[in-house]
Amino acid sequence: MSGPAGAGRRTAAAHRLRDRYRRRAPGEPRAVGYLYVLPALAVFSVFLLWPLGQTGWLSLLHWDGLTRASWAGLGNYRDLLTDPGLRAPFAHAAVLLLFYSVLPVAVGLLLTAALTRFRIRGMAFFRTVLFLPQVLAMVVVGVAWRAVLAPDGLLNDTLGALGLDGLTRSWLGDDTWALPAVGAIGTWVETGLCLVLFLAGAQRLPRELYEAARIDGAGPVREFFTVTLPGLRAEVAVALTLTLVAALRNFDLIYITTGGGPGDATSVPSYEVYRRAFETGEVGAASAMGIALTVVIFALTVLVTRLVEGRGR
Amino acid sequence: MTTSRAERAATYGILGLFAVIALTPVAGILSTALADQSSLDTGFALPDGLNWSNFADAWTRGHFGRYLLSSVIVAVAVVAATTVLATLAAYAFGTMRFPGSTVLFYLFVAGLTVPQEAVIIPLYFDLRHWGLTDTYWGLILPQTAQSLAFGVFWMRTYFRSTPRSLLEAARLDGATHFSTLTRVLVPMGRPAFATLTVIVFMWTWNEFLLALVMVSDEAHRTVPLGLAFFQGQHSSDTALLAAAATLIALPVVLVYLLLQRRFIQGMLTGSAKE
Repeated sequence: MSGPAGAGRRTAAAHRLRDRYRRRAPGEPRAVGYLYVLPALAVFSVFLLWPLGQTGWLSLLHWDGLTRASWAGLGNYRDLLTDPGLRAPFAHAAVLLLFYSVLPVAVGLLLTAALTRFRIRGMAFFRTVLFLPQVLAMVVVGVAWRAVLAPDGLLNDTLGALGLDGLTRSWLGDDTWALPAVGAIGTWVETGLCLVLFLAGAQRLPRELYEAARIDGAGPVREFFTVTLPGLRAEVAVALTLTLVAALRNFDLIYITTGGGPGDATSVPSYEVYRRAFETGEVGAASAMGIALTVVIFALTVLVTRLVEGRGR
Repeated sequence: MTTSRAERAATYGILGLFAVIALTPVAGILSTALADQSSLDTGFALPDGLNWSNFADAWTRGHFGRYLLSSVIVAVAVVAATTVLATLAAYAFGTMRFPGSTVLFYLFVAGLTVPQEAVIIPLYFDLRHWGLTDTYWGLILPQTAQSLAFGVFWMRTYFRSTPRSLLEAARLDGATHFSTLTRVLVPMGRPAFATLTVIVFMWTWNEFLLALVMVSDEAHRTVPLGLAFFQGQHSSDTALLAAAATLIALPVVLVYLLLQRRFIQGMLTGSAKE
C-alpha cells in the first residue's frame, strides 16, 4: 500500500486511460455505429417493415384494389373465423402440418433410433442425397411431382404394374386425395432434412451414454427414450421450426400443382392471400389473412421453442 | 461395439431406400429431359438415346436463355447488396455499442419470421406507384430487404466470434474502424461470407411469388416464373418442361454439390434464432 498521493496519481492515470479507452476502444459506445446500420435499416424498413405495417392497415379496410376503400374495422378478421371459405384454408394448412412437419420428424426420429447403433460409413453421400430436395426450387419440385402423380404418371404406372389398378386415380384432381397428395410432396421434401439433422446430432452423442444404457439392460426402445431423444432436443426444435414454416409458406407448390383445386380442396392461406388480392379483388380480406398467417407462424415457432427447449432448462 | 451383420445390412438398406426415394423424382426429370419430344405421356419418360435437343429447344423456343439472364442479374445484385449492407450493419451490432443497438438488432431478427405473404400486397401497390413493377429493381430491393434479416443475424454471429484482442491489436496499429473491417475482418471471414452468399443466392434464384406479382412483361421474367408460364402453355410437352426444370435446378445443385456444408449449416442456422 503506498501513500494517498501515489494513489491519487494512479487514479488520475487510470482516468486518463479510461477516457482514451472510452473514445477509441471497440466495443464502447460510439455514434458511428448508427452510420454502419443506416443503409441496411433503410432498405429493410422501406421494403419490409413499412409494407408489413401497410398490410395491417389494409386488413382493416374493404378494398377491391381499384375504387375507393371503405372502413371495415375488424370485419375482415371476424370473417376469417366465421366464413367457411376463409376458414377452410387454415384447416387445410393444419392437415399439411401433419405431412410437412409431424410425419417427417416422426420418421426421422424412428429411423435415427434404428440407425445409431453403430457409426455409419458413407454418411457424406447419404447426407448429400437426402438433403437435395431442400435446395431445389419448389416450382421444379412441383413439375417433377406432377409427373409422378399425373393420371399416366409414375405412381399409377407402378400401381398398375403391381396389379393394383383399382387404386389408380388422378391424385391431384381428386377431391379427397389432392390434399394428402400435396402433403406427400411436403413429406418428401422435409423428411431428408429431418433425417440428416437427427443423424448428425445422434452421431455426436457420446458413445458412453449408449454403453451405460446397455449395461443397465435397456433395450432399443428405452435406449431411444432415455438417450437419443433427450440428446436430440435442439435438433427436433430446429426441424419442427423449419418444417412448419415450410408447411405454411407453400404458395409455390400449390400454384404449380393444383392451383388450390379441385374446388377449394387444396386452398391454403398463402395461396388465398395471392388469389384474393390479385385475382378476385378482395385486398382487405387477403391482407387480414396475411396477418393471420404471420401470427400463426410466429405463435407456432414460439410454442415449439417453449415445448422442446423450455423443458429441463 | 457388437452389431450383427444383419443389423448393418438393414441399416444400409433403409438409408439406401430413402436415398432412392429422394432421387426418383429428380432422376425422372433428368430422364424425361433427355427423352423423345413426341411422347404424349405426361409422366416420366425413358430416353432412347440422349436428346440434347430438348435443352436447345427450351433455350430458344422457351426463351430460357433470356430468363436465365434475368435471374442472374437479380441474383447477383441481391447477393452483392445483401452482403455489403448486412456486413456493415452486423459489424456495428457485433463490435460496437450504441444506444438502441439491441432493439435495432432484434428488429432485423424479427424479419426472419415475417412471411412474404404478409408484405406482398402493399409491396405491389407501392412499387407500382413508384414505377418499379416490371423492372429488376422491383425484384432486387424487396429480396434484399428479406435477405437482410438472415444476413445481419448471420454476420453478427461471425463478428462476435472474432477475438476482441484482434480488434484491439488493429486499433493499436492505427487502423480506423473501417479499415479494421475491410483489411482484417472481411479477409478472415471467408467461410462466413461463403455461407451467406450461397444461401442468399439459392433463395433469390428459387424465388417465385415475388416475381409472379411484380413482373408481367416477358423481358424481366426470372426462370421459376418462366417455368410456371411454360407449364401453363405447354403442359403436354413434358420433355421440354423437364429440360427447362433441369436448367433451373442445375446452377443451385452444382453450387450445393461443391459447397454442401455451407448450405446445410446456413439453412439450419436460419431457424435457430436466439
